[in-house]
Amino acid sequence: MFSSVLIANRGEIARRVIRTARRMGIKAIAVYSDADQSLPYVHEADEAVYIGESAPAQSYLDSVLLIDVARKSGAAAVHPGYGFLAESPGFAQAVINAGLTWIGPDPSAIEQMGDKIRARNLMAAAGVPVAPGSAAPVADAEAAVEEASRIGYPVMVKAAAGGGGIGMSAAFDDDALRSAFDTARSRAERFFGSPEILLERYVPHARHVEVQILGLADGRVIALGERDCSVQRRHQKVAEETPSPGVSAPLRSRMLSAAVLAGEAVGYRGAGTVECLVDTETGDFMFLEMNTRLQVEHPVTELVTGIDLVEQQFLIAAGEPVTFDASVPVDSSGHALELRVYAEDPKRFLPSPGPITEWSEPSGPGIRVDSGYAAGTTVTLFYDPLLAKLCAHGATRAEALSLARSAVADFRVAGLKTNLPFHAELLDNPEFVSGDYDTGLVSRMRQP
Amino acid sequence: MAEIRAEMVANVWKVLVSEGDRVDDGDTLVILESMKMEIPVLAESPGTVTKLYVAEGDVVQEDELIAEIG
Repeated sequence: MFSSVLIANRGEIARRVIRTARRMGIKAIAVYSDADQSLPYVHEADEAVYIGESAPAQSYLDSVLLIDVARKSGAAAVHPGYGFLAESPGFAQAVINAGLTWIGPDPSAIEQMGDKIRARNLMAAAGVPVAPGSAAPVADAEAAVEEASRIGYPVMVKAAAGGGGIGMSAAFDDDALRSAFDTARSRAERFFGSPEILLERYVPHARHVEVQILGLADGRVIALGERDCSVQRRHQKVAEETPSPGVSAPLRSRMLSAAVLAGEAVGYRGAGTVECLVDTETGDFMFLEMNTRLQVEHPVTELVTGIDLVEQQFLIAAGEPVTFDASVPVDSSGHALELRVYAEDPKRFLPSPGPITEWSEPSGPGIRVDSGYAAGTTVTLFYDPLLAKLCAHGATRAEALSLARSAVADFRVAGLKTNLPFHAELLDNPEFVSGDYDTGLVSRMRQP
Repeated sequence: MAEIRAEMVANVWKVLVSEGDRVDDGDTLVILESMKMEIPVLAESPGTVTKLYVAEGDVVQEDELIAEIG
């Protein structure tokens, strides 16, 4: 095992990675920008290096700077967390070229999965179900209209290099498609540096269900169960749970097998997530995309399996076996739920940066909080609004929901707006409580 | 006269109108950006942009004036 790791990230995920690194006796080196100097992860690392201005391009997205800091600090490995450079094949390759261990899959796997069009084609060829959609980038709005007549309305318009729901929208007719295409293209260029757009059949009633995979050091790919991420606003996840209340045992078995095929098709190594849509009307599932990194919502899988996924990432990157018997299906116990606590108003979900004057996390049996902030710190406009992930683990779904309700009530944050009141509402929403919900749930909760 | 104010701390990403422009109810005046989200700021009534307080690249605080529509 390597002796030290540089965590090229910030906030809650940097803190999360530091925790496991220190437990394993790996020296944790953090990096921070101007905006983040007083955050808990900076103090909890064994060493912290200032890397520049708050705007991500001047700090967390500057790969040359990060490699330089890694070298000078004597780091033996780099953990990218999620977001920022986690899915940059160029950064992964630069880490390897610098003689450091990259804690993630091979850059070629990142590259193949990073382009949604290429990934779809690859998955279809590997026998993984994909929704009808583009096999090549769509050139312009008129080509999109033509493509939509082949695929059939409604269609989803997406950036091929995209993620996080940015620029994505559904179109139900030619006019709406032309406008959705233009919006998607301008956002794709701005946020992802690539104008390529694809269309995919839009499934009106769907659950978003993903499978956690691990590509082991010996080349095997295994699946560690699914997570249901259907509670979304603006196509971004707000709450996740495992097991999915909408996935039957036979469907789970088919999805897990397909996820393993997906990982095998790219020689996947490390922790990755295969995202799928489950059509609630037909019960079919289809591949959406693969995230070639640790997922924000990985804690729910850790809670039900008892497996520390960051520890497995370290072990796999070092060429060592994982901590559990990977030759038999992994045991899962109980039900786990994650609520993303965002700095945003709970009604319209608009960002709400500001100073945190009070911060008191819930605790107790079955409760886990991964947070990035503390009282006296400030949430700035430079980064995403995730403050903390509040997780509850119970023997049953009902127990997990009940634990989560108390935990939400006990979580005290003052100084800025958070979506905790939304979570209280969600946990009492009859549709959510029934388990029979889909990705339209939050919009229905906010219908005037 | 209507005052248009920022709803949150944000960076002014795009300014789409100039002083003297006629706008309709619902027209986008500026696009703010905060926490990786674009937030369009709309005219709430028809009129003329009599005063514009922000430029692209500015940071606005919550409740700060963005424009006046007369």
